[in-house]
Amino acid sequence: MHKEFLMGNEAIALGAIAAGINLAAGYPGTPSSEVLETVAKRRPRGTYVEWSVNEKAAMEVAAGAAYAGARVMVTMKQVGLNVASDPLMSLEYIGVKGGMVVLVADDPGPISSQTEQDTRHFAAFSKVPCFDPCSAQEAYEMVQEAFDYSEKYGTPVFLRPTTRVCHGYASVTVKDADEYRVNRPEGFVKDSGRWVIFPRLSLRNHEKIEARNEALSEVFSSYGRNCIYPSGGRGGASGLGTAAGGDGASGLNPSGSIGKKGIAAGGISFTYAMEALKDSPQPARLFKVATPFPFPERLALEFLDGLDEVLCLEELDPVIERELTYLCGKHHLPVRIYGKLTHHVKIAGENSRDSVNRNIADFLGKAAGQEDIAGSLAQSSSQLSFQPSPHPSSQPSLPVRPPVLCAGCPHRASFYAVKTAMKGKKTIFCGDIGCYTLGNAMPLDMVDTCLCMGAGLGIAQGVGRIEPDTCCFAFVGDSTFFASAITGVVNAVYNQANMTLVVLDNSTTAMTGHQPHPGTGRTVMGDVTAKVSIEAVLRGIGVSVVETADPLDLSAAVACVKRVAAEPGVKAILFRSPCIAITKPSGCLHIDQDRCIRCGKCIRELGCPALVTDSGRVCVDASLCTGCGLCAQVCPVKAIGGGDGNE
Amino acid sequence: MNKNIILCGVGGQGTILASKLIAAAAMKKDIPVMSAETIGMAQRGGSVFSHVRIGEGICSPMIARGTADLILGFEPGEAVRMLPYLKPDGQVVVSSRAIMPVTATLSGSSYSGDAMTAYLREQVRGLCVVDGERACRRLGSPKVLNILLLGAAVESGALGFTEDELREVIKERLPEKFHEINFRALSYARERKETGQLRA
Repeated sequence: MHKEFLMGNEAIALGAIAAGINLAAGYPGTPSSEVLETVAKRRPRGTYVEWSVNEKAAMEVAAGAAYAGARVMVTMKQVGLNVASDPLMSLEYIGVKGGMVVLVADDPGPISSQTEQDTRHFAAFSKVPCFDPCSAQEAYEMVQEAFDYSEKYGTPVFLRPTTRVCHGYASVTVKDADEYRVNRPEGFVKDSGRWVIFPRLSLRNHEKIEARNEALSEVFSSYGRNCIYPSGGRGGASGLGTAAGGDGASGLNPSGSIGKKGIAAGGISFTYAMEALKDSPQPARLFKVATPFPFPERLALEFLDGLDEVLCLEELDPVIERELTYLCGKHHLPVRIYGKLTHHVKIAGENSRDSVNRNIADFLGKAAGQEDIAGSLAQSSSQLSFQPSPHPSSQPSLPVRPPVLCAGCPHRASFYAVKTAMKGKKTIFCGDIGCYTLGNAMPLDMVDTCLCMGAGLGIAQGVGRIEPDTCCFAFVGDSTFFASAITGVVNAVYNQANMTLVVLDNSTTAMTGHQPHPGTGRTVMGDVTAKVSIEAVLRGIGVSVVETADPLDLSAAVACVKRVAAEPGVKAILFRSPCIAITKPSGCLHIDQDRCIRCGKCIRELGCPALVTDSGRVCVDASLCTGCGLCAQVCPVKAIGGGDGNE
Repeated sequence: MNKNIILCGVGGQGTILASKLIAAAAMKKDIPVMSAETIGMAQRGGSVFSHVRIGEGICSPMIARGTADLILGFEPGEAVRMLPYLKPDGQVVVSSRAIMPVTATLSGSSYSGDAMTAYLREQVRGLCVVDGERACRRLGSPKVLNILLLGAAVESGALGFTEDELREVIKERLPEKFHEINFRALSYARERKETGQLRA
């Protein structure tokens, strides 16, 4: 054993390696991406790792390996699970031979996602058991236990951390390499009665799954990470993973008089509750839920025994709250359950130390049954976002800093070229998921819709069916193109749509941290591989007009857009220019102040963070400028020079 | 030693590396440490923060309002944004150089770093305002702001680590070609502190 300072995602990866995984597959997505990257970086010899083309492909690759007895992990963010849900729903009916952990990172807030969907609900829906870690240390240990449960019960299992667990760092105690488990897969054994899904098999296995999950509810009631504080001789703080590595719940009044109030919590919210109760003068019984599905009913009944009121603290959906409410009904318990459903805790968004502190103070501050706590709690929960509220007194108003496209980002040039070329025409610009979603911001204002990975293509077609006089554009990044846009192109060609596809090819998966993809010619394990050509794919599908252009050559790019958009049917433009984060800047531009007429066109049209004003003068921030030269091409008096080839 | 430290600034300023160095210094002394930071979309020119918590008995990487011992502000407006986290007698080390958001440049609205610094002076007794721009110019790189602020925090006594301890982790964690300039940033903070020239 030794200690390492690890991000939660790195801890999960090292836990999986310690559990002897043979294969890991996934698709990048915040906050999950570092898991697979760390497995790739730290993998022992013989472990196979891949960025799959999307989550569905990853799930299927992993399923195959698990059929052959390998220990496998699949990684994705919560919306990625929607893509992988088709294989997963059926896989649960088939089961696995080797252990399979499906790592799905949820994103309360949401901080970097389209939805606040809750994978704990997906667990109940798909009948797949779910583990919910509260810290990096617990995640490290839990993933190893999850593999054991998966193998023992022959089912995939979820490990469902949330952003603050994924991206929180801690000094984590981890195993040395010689302590790792070694798993030697037996290989695939033919048995069509086991591996081929048919209605009769589904019916039989459905019955087995329901029986198993009922049994697992009982098993999980004895699982040490589901626990009640004060512990009363139970598993206690096992694996809580406080920085101290022990039971930090000293303020939980272990002497026994815990009153008639209890708090139930899971994930990061449990650690917030622990911190709050340490400082709280009022004692409370605390229930930590580490396996939201199947819910540990027997342990929950122990927790509820003798309580009058329970406050549930969890992010996303009220899963624990519903389970406890259900148990109270089922067993006729006179316990009032408070939480999101009762509007005592805010229904959406992230919890914080402060929101949980307030929720608990309000809950424990009132004597049971005296005053309706609803009013005070609802009031206090009205303003609980993670961002601090304005400081009192004369605070000057704070600068607003929405995320923006980087200085020198080629997407800015691509959007500007399309905007310039289509000026005055009736258009719709359907965006997609990636850095280029930021093209919606002023002054570009070039993203009219954004729904989910690959959706822009379909939406452009749909709008075109209803408004045939609109020039319909779909923008899609290179990684997203491979992940989920190809079927949209086939659909457009087959159904004779009239639209322009713009592929923004920056040779990487930028938003999630520059992962390779099928077009880059590299794999996550560092191997060189054949590049899949986007142009060849488009031509193969039957898109007859496919033009490639450098977006940083503004006049050529504008001419290209005009030419292509005028063609009938489905046509495509490939804007190719690498992400500035993976290339060396070509030098910094400067503004000739004698020539500059202070018209501000460069700032007004481009919104580049490197263009700033300093007491009326337009200047280039040398620490940000990459020398892309776009502003030099926009300047009406040629006052901007330097950099690469634009002097 | 128990410390809650918040580092804040604008994406790309080097807050994450600074928080990693603090954590590494704690790890070296075998003190438990947890941290949390902004990752993902918000990094692209947005407001970013790191929470670093050092000491025994910590359950969560997040810091509650009113409990931070130290705020390291890489940008004055961002320091003001995080001020509600400072405990009553906490300290703030802040660079005086404002970074203009694109939205302000576009709208022509005024955002004044001086107003932010003035507000900090009014609100925080334990305040150290560092002329980060001048220091970086003297040191020859805008990238040393993070180490400079760490150095200033060492000098203010609020960091809980010595200059030598920081030098050690810089040696271990950064490529050798960056050692010299970062050591100079630490020395700069110490010397200017001694002669009272660090402050803006």
